[in-house]
Amino acid sequence: MADLNKTLDLKRQAGFGTVAIICLIILYAPILVLMIFSFNSGSQITKFEGLGLSWYAAAFENQEFYSATKNTLIISFTATIFSTIAAVLAAIGTTRVKPWPGMSWAFMIINLPLMVPEIITAVATLSFFALIAGAFGLNFGIGNIIIAHTVFCIPFAYMPIKARLEDMDLTLENAAADLYASPWQAFKRITLPLLMPGIASGTALAFIVSFDDFTITQLVAGPGQTTLPLFIWNQIRRPMTPEINAISTILLMVSILFISVSFIISKSRKS
Amino acid sequence: MMDAPLSPAAQVAAENDMAVSRRSRFLTLPSLFIVFVFGVLPLVLICIYSFLKPYQNGGVVWQFSTDAYLNFLFQRDIFDDTLQFAPDFLIIYGRSIFYALFTTVVCLLLGFPTAYFMATRPPEQRNWWVLLITIPFWSNLLVRTVAIMFIIRDEGLINDLLIYFHIINKPIVMLYTDFAIILGLLYSFLPFMILPLYSSLEKMDFRLVEAGYDLYASRWQVLKRIIIPLAKPGIVAGSLLVFIPALGAYVPPLILGGGRHLMIGDLIAQQFGSGRNWPLGSAQALILMAAVLVALYFYSRNETGPVKHG
Repeated sequence: MADLNKTLDLKRQAGFGTVAIICLIILYAPILVLMIFSFNSGSQITKFEGLGLSWYAAAFENQEFYSATKNTLIISFTATIFSTIAAVLAAIGTTRVKPWPGMSWAFMIINLPLMVPEIITAVATLSFFALIAGAFGLNFGIGNIIIAHTVFCIPFAYMPIKARLEDMDLTLENAAADLYASPWQAFKRITLPLLMPGIASGTALAFIVSFDDFTITQLVAGPGQTTLPLFIWNQIRRPMTPEINAISTILLMVSILFISVSFIISKSRKS
Repeated sequence: MMDAPLSPAAQVAAENDMAVSRRSRFLTLPSLFIVFVFGVLPLVLICIYSFLKPYQNGGVVWQFSTDAYLNFLFQRDIFDDTLQFAPDFLIIYGRSIFYALFTTVVCLLLGFPTAYFMATRPPEQRNWWVLLITIPFWSNLLVRTVAIMFIIRDEGLINDLLIYFHIINKPIVMLYTDFAIILGLLYSFLPFMILPLYSSLEKMDFRLVEAGYDLYASRWQVLKRIIIPLAKPGIVAGSLLVFIPALGAYVPPLILGGGRHLMIGDLIAQQFGSGRNWPLGSAQALILMAAVLVALYFYSRNETGPVKHG
């Protein structure tokens, strides 16, 4: 019966399922290996000697890890807040409105960070901050990294918010206006609550791209401005211990958590 | 405010016509300001830097020079100041293009069957597949690349297992080879191929497939003459979404190439680091940017072009 179904299934192409499984193995095997060996009690990164949490304990006692976490959280939270606010305003200004002169340009500029290879953004931002530091004596310290992150977080926050707005029609806002709501009241009581899933999804994406960024941060960061990805980069250039597996696993879990949340929110709006 | 007694709805309509356009422009200002000042101006700045002379400790000397571009193909002889052809950079560019093309082809060969398989699952299963492909897409690239390194090192998992089962007696060198970089690129960018392919295959009208079978086409003929032509926009989009970031890749060659097989990304970063030649790095960044723009041009032409039915 199963065989009959297979031959009758017109959509089926032989071997495609196998390739799909191979792709999943390619994508997940390295991550799983990393996670499994983070629970290794021995001192080898890929030789399992016994189950234990000792390397997590070591990581949490590591002063460098602690300060890298602190820097990362300061940078990611600030950049996420700034970029999400800017993205919400921009999405409202470019969605459900009559096209205004220059709107396509505005759209292009907002999405520019997605089109430029990261390494180019990184060296250009480095040059820019070096110039303003040299010419005006301005150095924002960790603020430089926050600014750089805000730039590339904006399009990531903008996309899901814009998508959500496109799904909403103006009926409810018009009804609010009919009931003598001021534009601000209509925004606060109607638009914003309806937009919340898009904003949540955008916030999650902005946070994760900032949290995970390595290339731009590596070039822009000054001494003592180590973030978690930079901390890992420093670690792999030394003799390695499973501590790096433990820290990497923590980073991956943060990514997976935020991505799943963003994914579930964006799927639930469609059903 | 208007004096004539308009209904609120009419007021809204009137307001929509006049003020909304101004207000919406105003709302985009914060984003435009941030991206323009800290995203666009830096790009303009490296355009300028590429025509200046390098300062010995990094940075630039404000003197016009086209050396950065000449250096791309030639080296100035330190004794008699003549230009001599030096293909070092050209080799790195050629290697990057080769790696990126190779990665794109392998991603397509693996990604197409996967995307097709996903698109033909029942709808509730599809969401899970998309989530499974999306998670690596957004996960920390550095960490994922380090994970590959742990597996393919001389004392890594693969070599340990092969030695344990006495298949080999000394480790196969995989890390810091071409293989390692291409594996890293493939692994980094595979989701970039699968997701656009999936979204174009998901929308496909499977009645056309049925019609093909009714006309006695074999599975292979249906695939070649119906499914692949219909998926062409997804194939082009996916190929560019892999090729462009692979060409400018920085992390995979940095971690898995070990500085022996440079790609354009490492080369640019090097000029701003130990190379201390910012104008040269800027010129190389712009050459890479030009390559990306050419690719994006083809992409936009593909997206807006008329849909042809064979």
